[in-house]
Amino acid sequence: MATSAMQVVLTGEVLDEDSEITLLQLCHSCSVTAETVEALVEHGILEPAGRRGRHWCFAAPSIRRVLVAQRLQRDLGVNLAGAALALDLLERIARLEAALGQGGSGQAGHQPQPSEP
Amino acid sequence: MEFKDYYQTMGVARDATQDQIKRAYRKLARKYHPDVSKEPDAEARFKEVGEAYEVLKDPEKRAAYDQFGANWKAGQDFHPPPDWDAGFEFSGGGYTDAGGQDHSAFFEELFGRRYAGATGQGRRRTLRMRGEDHHAKVLIDLEDSYQGATRTITLRMPELTDDGHLTTRIPKGIRPGQQIRLAGQGGPGIGGGEPGDLYLEVEFRDHPLYSVDGADIQLHLPVAPWEAALGATVKVPTPSGTVDLKIPADSNQGRKLRLRGRGLPGKSPGDLYVLLQITLPPADSDAAKQLYEKMRDQLGFDPRAHLGVS
Repeated sequence: MATSAMQVVLTGEVLDEDSEITLLQLCHSCSVTAETVEALVEHGILEPAGRRGRHWCFAAPSIRRVLVAQRLQRDLGVNLAGAALALDLLERIARLEAALGQGGSGQAGHQPQPSEP
Repeated sequence: MEFKDYYQTMGVARDATQDQIKRAYRKLARKYHPDVSKEPDAEARFKEVGEAYEVLKDPEKRAAYDQFGANWKAGQDFHPPPDWDAGFEFSGGGYTDAGGQDHSAFFEELFGRRYAGATGQGRRRTLRMRGEDHHAKVLIDLEDSYQGATRTITLRMPELTDDGHLTTRIPKGIRPGQQIRLAGQGGPGIGGGEPGDLYLEVEFRDHPLYSVDGADIQLHLPVAPWEAALGATVKVPTPSGTVDLKIPADSNQGRKLRLRGRGLPGKSPGDLYVLLQITLPPADSDAAKQLYEKMRDQLGFDPRAHLGVS
């Protein structure tokens, strides 16, 4: 039996590619300073919209890019340019893998039998 | 407690130099970094390697560890003798570097305890501050996006709920990489401030049939040569149910057919792309061989005409 705590089903807000967050939200969400965000913009890791400064807005996927860039710098010792390159390459790999589909296996022999027309 | 062979984890000899250990670590860190790696157990391996490096990079810790000698094998039941660390001083290497909670019980027993108390304590804060935002990943199935679902997530932050679980709705049409923000489910506020938010990054489990690209999905569909050549109507699975798909005559290998709106649902639903894969019947009977021979003799087909080597 589930406990009462587990009965509560939370409903969140979906942040899609079109959702915008403010500079403040981005900083708070990723626990980084505005200067860090500025440096990420300088290196093309983030693409802001709006006037520079507190009016900057970012697309929601920026959150992930900031976090990954932070982790790559911390764990692998790359600099911002290296993190930018890694992020671009990772995105390219993701697109290529999606285009290849199914992990690129050549044998797709387990498909349902096509029925006779 | 299991003995951990840190040299084995790092793939270096017991007499490796500090430089060799550093090089091995950098290589393994790149290989298993969870943001970069495609290895199935990347996260666990990355933590193991980080823990091993934590010890081996620090000459004092390494010397202390080394006295257990080569007789210990990874996984053996292990208890350190009393006063095993007498005469060593683990002052240099930052225990908190990698986030201590990720280390094994073995590490904690040897190097952890006396340092654990020293971090983060004693700072008195009187300010009122919003709690930290937390981030977590939620793995869902493709079907969850088609139908909507609820998922229970296990969190490492036990202060949130009694048992460290919370259940959230997975809205229909969610795509990989999108985030679900759960307001107030992050870290607790300080000095009466409001709690932070919890961000869930959505990832899809690999699906045996479909791959996902944004809102579009793709299916490799095996077809017989005659279906591709003559055209046919075949049954095709889609996440929203089986459909009849008309394969146009004279289709070739790799032809892409689009089923509009059969991708992930949403305000602008994605499409389902069907990639034809022509699958040859085996020539494993006299009848089959005769059919292939007949094609060879009567079709006059040269698949390599454009290579100019005929």
